[in-house]
Formats: sequence, C-alpha cells, structure tokens
Amino acid sequence: MSAVEARGVGKVFSSRSGEVTALDGIDLTVADGEFVSLIGPSGCGKSTLLRLIADLDTPTSGGITVFGKTPQQAREAQDYGIAFQQAGLLPWRTVTANVELPLELHGVGKAERAARVVELLELVGLGEFAGHFPHQLSGGMQQRVAIARALAERPSLLLMDEPFGALDEMTRERMQTELVRICAESGAAVVFVTHSIPEAVFLSQRVVVMSPRPGRISAVVPVDLGADRGEGLREDAAFFAAVTAVREALHGTPVAVRGMDAR
Amino acid sequence: MTDLATTLAPERTAPVPVPVRTRRGGVGRRVVVGVLAVLLLAALWELVKVVVPDAGGHVGGASLLPRTDDLAMPHTWEIVQRVLQPETSATGSPTVLSAMLAACWFTLRVALAGWLLGSVGGLLLAALMQRSQLAESALVPWVVLSQTVPLIALAPLVVGWGGRIHLGGLEWQRWMSVALIASYLAFFPVTIGALRGFQSPAAAQVELYRSLAATWSRTMLSLRLPASVPYLLPALRLGAATAVVGAIVAEVSTGTKGGIGRLIIGYAQSASGDPAKPWAAIIAAALLGLLAAGLVSLLGLGLGRYRYAEVR
Repeated sequence: MSAVEARGVGKVFSSRSGEVTALDGIDLTVADGEFVSLIGPSGCGKSTLLRLIADLDTPTSGGITVFGKTPQQAREAQDYGIAFQQAGLLPWRTVTANVELPLELHGVGKAERAARVVELLELVGLGEFAGHFPHQLSGGMQQRVAIARALAERPSLLLMDEPFGALDEMTRERMQTELVRICAESGAAVVFVTHSIPEAVFLSQRVVVMSPRPGRISAVVPVDLGADRGEGLREDAAFFAAVTAVREALHGTPVAVRGMDAR
Repeated sequence: MTDLATTLAPERTAPVPVPVRTRRGGVGRRVVVGVLAVLLLAALWELVKVVVPDAGGHVGGASLLPRTDDLAMPHTWEIVQRVLQPETSATGSPTVLSAMLAACWFTLRVALAGWLLGSVGGLLLAALMQRSQLAESALVPWVVLSQTVPLIALAPLVVGWGGRIHLGGLEWQRWMSVALIASYLAFFPVTIGALRGFQSPAAAQVELYRSLAATWSRTMLSLRLPASVPYLLPALRLGAATAVVGAIVAEVSTGTKGGIGRLIIGYAQSASGDPAKPWAAIIAAALLGLLAAGLVSLLGLGLGRYRYAEVR
C-alpha cells in the first residue's frame, strides 16, 4: 500500500477579491518508505498540498488517501508526524516535555514516555539538553526537537513543511545529513516541502516540481543518490547533474517557449 | 490606565521570549522606587501648598487651581498624625487607623469575593468566545458596552434583585450585592486578557495540536491556558484593582455599612472641621487597591516558566 495517494486533487480558496486556484489536477503517489520533495516557487501550492495530506485543510475536488484511509482517519489514527518551518515548541515545557507531548496527549504511561524520549533525543543528538527550555537552544536545535517530537509515535509518514527554511546554510546542511540518517533509521515515508533545489536533491528519491497559478505538478525528477549520502555527495558530479535536472524542470516549464519536455 | 489600554490593544503581538530571570532581580529596586514615588507625591503636595496661593489660582473669574489652605489641603504630616488619633472625641473611641483597618479588611474580603466571581466568569466567557467565532462576534460588543453602564445605576437594581433571592437556607446579604457589583467591574479586564491569551498560540502550535487529534478541551488545558498566563496575570491584577474600586462605589451606592466606602462618606462629612480625616480615608482606599493588586501578583510567583514573555 502506498503511503500517500492523491488523485485529481484541486483546491480553490475563495476570498473577497475572487477565487484563487491553489491546486489543480494533482496526481501523486508516495510509496512506503519513500522520500519525496515538493519544490516550486512561492504560490505553487506545495504547502497547501502538504496541508491537505495532513488534514489541516480539505481539497475542493479529487481525493487523497493516506495508507488507504482518508486524511482525517489517518490524522486521528496518528499515522503521520508533522514538522513546520517554525519549530512551534511550547516555551513553558522543557525539551523532554516538548518531545513527549504527542505521547502525553494520547495517554502513554510515564515510564514508557521517558524511555521513548531518551531514544528520540539520542536520535537527534540532543541527549544532554533534555532539561533545557526552548529559549536556551539555537534555531537548529529547536528544529531538531520538533523533528524528534514528530517522530515520537513512530509514524510511517513524516510531513515536513520547510523545516529548515529559517536556518543558516551550514546548520541546514548538517540537519539534512542528519535527516537522511534519521529517515533511514525510522523507515518512514517523507513528504518534504522546500524552496531549495540542493536540499531537495540531497534528501529525496524523487523531486516533484510544481508550477504556480494554478498549482500543478510540472515534472517529477527521479534522483536516487543512494542510501549512503554523506557530506562528500555535495561535491559529487551525480549531485550536480541532478541539481541541473531539477533546475531546468523548474525554470523551463511554465513559459514553455523552447518546448521543454520535462514530463 | 495604560494597563487597561494594553489589555485592550487589539493587535495580537507575538510575545517576545524574554527569560524571566533577567527581570526578576529588581524586586528590591522596585520597592525602593515605589517608596520614592510616594515620597515624591508627598513633596509635590507640599510644594503646591507653598507655591499656589491659599485662595487658589484664578484667571479672570474662573478658578484654575484648587484652594490650598489647610482646610482644603492639609499638610501631609497632619494627615499622618490624624490617622493615629481617636476617631471622635467620645471616650473609648478607636483611632482612625484601627477604624480604617477594620473597614479595609471588610472591603478587601468583599472585593476579593467579587474578583473571584468576576475572574471565573471572565475566564468562562473568554473560553466560550475562543471556542465559537459566532459567540465572539456576538458577545464582544456587549462586554464593552457593559462597562459604559454607570455602576451607580446598577446598584439599586442588584440590591432589589438580591432581596428577592431565597436559595434554601441562603439569605441574600447586603455584602453579596456589593461583591456582585465589584465582579461586574473585575470581569472585564479578565475576559479581554484571557481571550487575547487564548488566541495567542502561533499557528504552528495550534495546527500541531490539530495534527495530534487533540480535543478542544485538551488543547485549551494543554496549550491555550498555559499560553495565556503572560496575558492573564496583568489582567487579573487589573481586575483586582477594579474590584476594589467597584466594591467601594457599590458600598456607597447601596448604603452598605462597615467598609471603606462608607467610611469615606462618613469622614467627608467632618471635612470642614477636621480636613485631615477624609484624606486619610481616601489614601487608605488607594492603598487598598494596591494591596489587592499586590496580593494577586503573588499568583505569578509559582508560574515562572509560563511567564517567558509577560505582556505589560
């Protein structure tokens, strides 16, 4: 069964100034354990698509299934974990208490929670910061806490909306390397929204390129750079080739003057 | 009133995370500044007495500045002295101080009862308005309007209603009317502050709770209520001060005996012969408001971790 399946999904926002078609005719399948990035310029609907999958919003047409269920059922069954651009940590809770929040809300016992938090903080490399408060952490560390929180219930799907968008380039690259490792360890499928071409290429098995007004999928670029992705990969010719492929798909499609055939 | 203005300010500024510890160091300093402010006020009072002529300032026929003779503005030390003297010349009369303390104690208890009632009501109202957009749009104008009704107009009504209430063995007491009127003033800042606080969590936090399939009540207790603490504490403090004002006004307008409101009226009647006496009562009333607000501030002591960004 595929992790996410979207068929003919459309989303229209009505406002006072008229209707805006955010998404139109989206078909997308994300396989179990697959890492898929959504990339495109602002307004192409990539975040909207993620929000539809997460049941934070509902599509106006078409249908989405998450592990064969409706997004609402999947949300209520806690099939996915989610991380936003803002870490969104609760400032009055310690790192530990923030990470265990999902478990606490779902009635997991104290001892089990504590054990799981130790594992998770180890996974994101924050073991010694368990008792700290969010304001004592850097932006990158806060984001790692948010990722640990998203992983708390061992979801088989991770939804990430520009989680590294607010970080500096160096932190960002380090976080990407860590995310590759974390995903390999957890085996979860990931839908990852980003603005950054190198980020999408480095992380993903497939990059879904979207174009705005109306938001459509203009190309899907397969970039599987192997399971063993380290810092060295960023200098690799295969990496650059994939970056170029995604860039051409991004820039060529909407104004198809020279007849790009990205599909 | 800047406190009220802040509470009412419509914009939803995201709290800037400020570690509490950097601000908590100044408790001693704040006390010193507070004492200095009182001394400064006393000095200003005496300065006005010296500078402005006894008959007050006049431009043309219009009186511009108040009279400053000893009858209108007694010396500060005379007020202090008067406090320590007996209330009347009758033998066995208690001192003004002890009479005022007893009256303040009465009013404080009534005001706190009103504050408690108003705060609980305000919190529930804010929770309702947070829950339903419709309730918010429908209720906010009434909440604001409620504060434009003069208390003095309400007092006889409340007393009248109270007189008809008989709940089993409970007999409606006069002080309950006063507390009810005090709560009518106190609920306003609490409602507005709590509503702003409940609405303060960032979109990412609210959506996180939604993604976690948390119920409304769970989200309220685990996210919105803790997030509202920086908004709620100043609102509760302001509510305590207004409850005292409400209680004093209500005592006067319902004719309730035993409180500081009644004392102010009583002392004012002897103003012509004993000018320091009403001033003493006025100062006591003001101090009572500060005391009430200060008591409520103590609530914040155990809530340090929630006060990462106090809205002042």
